[in-house]
Amino acid sequence: MQIFQTDLLCIGAGLAGERVAIEAADNGFSVICLSLVPARRSHSSAAQGGMQAALGNSAMGEGDSPDVHFADTVKGSDWGADQECARIFVDTAPIAMRQMAFWGVPWNRVVPGEQTYYKGGKPFTAYEKPENEGLIHSRSFGGTAKWRTCYTSDGTGHAVLYTLDTRAAQMGVEVHDKAEAIALIHDGDNCMGAIVRCLKTGELKAYLSRATLIASGGYGRIYRESTNAVICDGGGHIIALNTGVVPIGNPEAIQFHPTGIVPTDILVTEGCRGDGGTLLDVNQYRFMPDYEPEKAELASRDVVSRRMTEHMRKGLGVKSPYGDHLWLDIRHLGEKHISTKLREVQEICESFLGVDPVHQLIPVRPTQHYSMGGVRTDKDGAAYGLKGLFSAGEASCWDMHGFNRLGGNSLAETVVAGMIVGGKVVEFLKGTDTTFSTAAIRDAMHRQEARIADLVSCANGGENPYTVRNAMFDSIMKGAGIFRNGKDLEKCVSELQEILGRARKVGLRSGGKGANPELTMALKIEGMVKLALCVAYGALQRTESRGAHTREDFPERNDRDWLTRTLATWAPGADLPTLNYEPATQVFEMPPGDRGYGGGKIIPMDAPKA
Amino acid sequence: MGRTLTFNIFRYNPADPASSPHMDRFTLDETERMTLFIALNRIREELDPSLMFDFCCRAGICGACAMVINGRPGLACHTKTKDLPDEITLMPLPVFKLVGDLSVDTGTWFRGMYQKVESWVHTDKLFDPKAQEERMDNALAEQIYELDRCIECGCCVAACGTAIMREDFLGAVALNRLARFILDPRDQRTEKEYFEVVGTDEGIFGCMGLLACEDVCPKEIPLQEQLGKLRRKMAFAAVKNILPKFLKKDF
Repeated sequence: MQIFQTDLLCIGAGLAGERVAIEAADNGFSVICLSLVPARRSHSSAAQGGMQAALGNSAMGEGDSPDVHFADTVKGSDWGADQECARIFVDTAPIAMRQMAFWGVPWNRVVPGEQTYYKGGKPFTAYEKPENEGLIHSRSFGGTAKWRTCYTSDGTGHAVLYTLDTRAAQMGVEVHDKAEAIALIHDGDNCMGAIVRCLKTGELKAYLSRATLIASGGYGRIYRESTNAVICDGGGHIIALNTGVVPIGNPEAIQFHPTGIVPTDILVTEGCRGDGGTLLDVNQYRFMPDYEPEKAELASRDVVSRRMTEHMRKGLGVKSPYGDHLWLDIRHLGEKHISTKLREVQEICESFLGVDPVHQLIPVRPTQHYSMGGVRTDKDGAAYGLKGLFSAGEASCWDMHGFNRLGGNSLAETVVAGMIVGGKVVEFLKGTDTTFSTAAIRDAMHRQEARIADLVSCANGGENPYTVRNAMFDSIMKGAGIFRNGKDLEKCVSELQEILGRARKVGLRSGGKGANPELTMALKIEGMVKLALCVAYGALQRTESRGAHTREDFPERNDRDWLTRTLATWAPGADLPTLNYEPATQVFEMPPGDRGYGGGKIIPMDAPKA
Repeated sequence: MGRTLTFNIFRYNPADPASSPHMDRFTLDETERMTLFIALNRIREELDPSLMFDFCCRAGICGACAMVINGRPGLACHTKTKDLPDEITLMPLPVFKLVGDLSVDTGTWFRGMYQKVESWVHTDKLFDPKAQEERMDNALAEQIYELDRCIECGCCVAACGTAIMREDFLGAVALNRLARFILDPRDQRTEKEYFEVVGTDEGIFGCMGLLACEDVCPKEIPLQEQLGKLRRKMAFAAVKNILPKFLKKDF
């Protein structure tokens, strides 16, 4: 058995993983990052918009401060956020942006004088102060009082990831790419590293580490229709859940975006609707004004996604080999506007659909977009349940997003939490010694070898892992999608339990030699179904509507009973997660109130029990 | 629509002693708006679960899925079947080490490249968390980003005559990377230091000027222009080095 030993093992080499890695390496510790793909292909690279930080350099960001950012973030979370984390985040974000600039990110900068910007499709001018020339600029994003999103053209995630990855290379951080952690090594109290399958050769290796970080991104790929990269399948969450002691916080908090294209589910920007694009049904009828007379297509993401789903449920969607969809129409904006202001949308339509949006309709539907939930940590990024285990980024539930995260806050979280958690990991490494138990390592390795042997020989059955995955997709899309209700969720949970039984009986058709992709799928399908069950069961129990979690049978946000965070753990051999709850936040800087958008009724904290 | 597509796909699993390099044929019915991402996943799920290939973002952003499509390197995710003939031949990228079938190891190659060109900002300054950021002209930031748009898919390397002949050639991607740092005032390296990295046959002087790199670049980065500028800059630097001191100021 090949064994690697390191101070810090980062599972995931996207922005969060690499930022933590750099902090540790900077302090003289050895670091290995594991990544399913070369680090720069991590899903962080796909984030186009930007990072929120209250620098207040731009005309439209004037008067911004961390306090304003804090209020936006907590309102956005529908008071589901941990307010201590949100505070740390907003205070640190400006420093993190400047650090990225120092390391080489080509942020767009303030150009002084009269500038033309767009809002709701209409141009307006603003005066950029000469004394701010050359400072980091910002753009507008939904749900914010100020323009505070720092950006690099339409490739912010890409530019920051490339900068961090070269910084990591400079600091001597090792990246072992095409490598997948399939189990954590632990003794029930301490985490000691991971058992890793090499996706180049298929070999199993043991990685021993004094500190281990899960920074593997979201779990969007438990849904069939997700804007996420294909690697965002919850691998890091699965190995945490399989320990039996580490909880997933708020698994049911899932964000959907209204306009993923069909097929392939690539996101087209909200700017299409912002600039005047409309949504049409199978009869090419514009239906949104019927549901939302005032805002129509410009209602919030959640609302538009819900209305689109409602309309398709009435049978008014467009049938296709890839499932039902609706149309996005931007033809009336004209060629000039589309090829200048919406160039990226035009490119996506032409490259991936062969559709010319100047003359043709764009097939779209609401699509899973972001996992607010994840490995639950304290404000230092230390995971609940195991000493020496940390988590950061979308993989974690740190938890500044609560039940809805704002655009630009997630990308910023990666480097801000990376900086904070990195510092805490360094403190941990300085102050702690770890004893590696050879028995625990050997046992962990043997268990994984036995699992693989059983899959190859079909010892537990010959279920096709892809068929099982498709059954999971069908069930969760129907039961725990945008609209949720008790009846459908109960059905979804019982279906998923049956599917879990099938997932435990998968076997390979293809021998499993080397970097065999069927084995890769077979090794994680049971864990994916478990995660799907955490989502569905968490959603079933949460009898209220908060942020992105919408219960048709419980439309109110219920602060009296549900100002809480779900903690889902999985006992060995169980068929359902164990759900516990903790207060959403220990510290109230901002008491629960009205978000100021989205409507909806609130049952206040002090309301008498029903 | 209504076409039946035939895929000829390179197969070899180096981890399986029974495997030898060969081509396999698969047929699929073409569906509306089909891309190679959809087609290859269907082949894996419906016909042969052992087929190895790489996708990640499947949106043309991450560069994972480069392969040779009917003789030309390109990104599989944004290749639509309707733009291809009934018969489609897929091969792994050359130059990079084969993992299996259509999957290659680009990570090791690119990490080696960063180390060779020291692809990071060289500075003796220290970050001051209390200080305002250093100012930069927005037009310059945009120029740097224009070169930073490279997604390291490897198409330019796979299409390069020199890279295929000599293993140590840096390739357009590395030369473009260095051009990015030359533009960036935060990088304090001198012309001489840059020359030491790329003023060689493994670097800019190895380029034969065939320019396939620019032809196949999925991000349409102006590689031809960058290589030209870099060659001129490095040639001047070379001449300057052999001139007597009193003439040097003319350059």
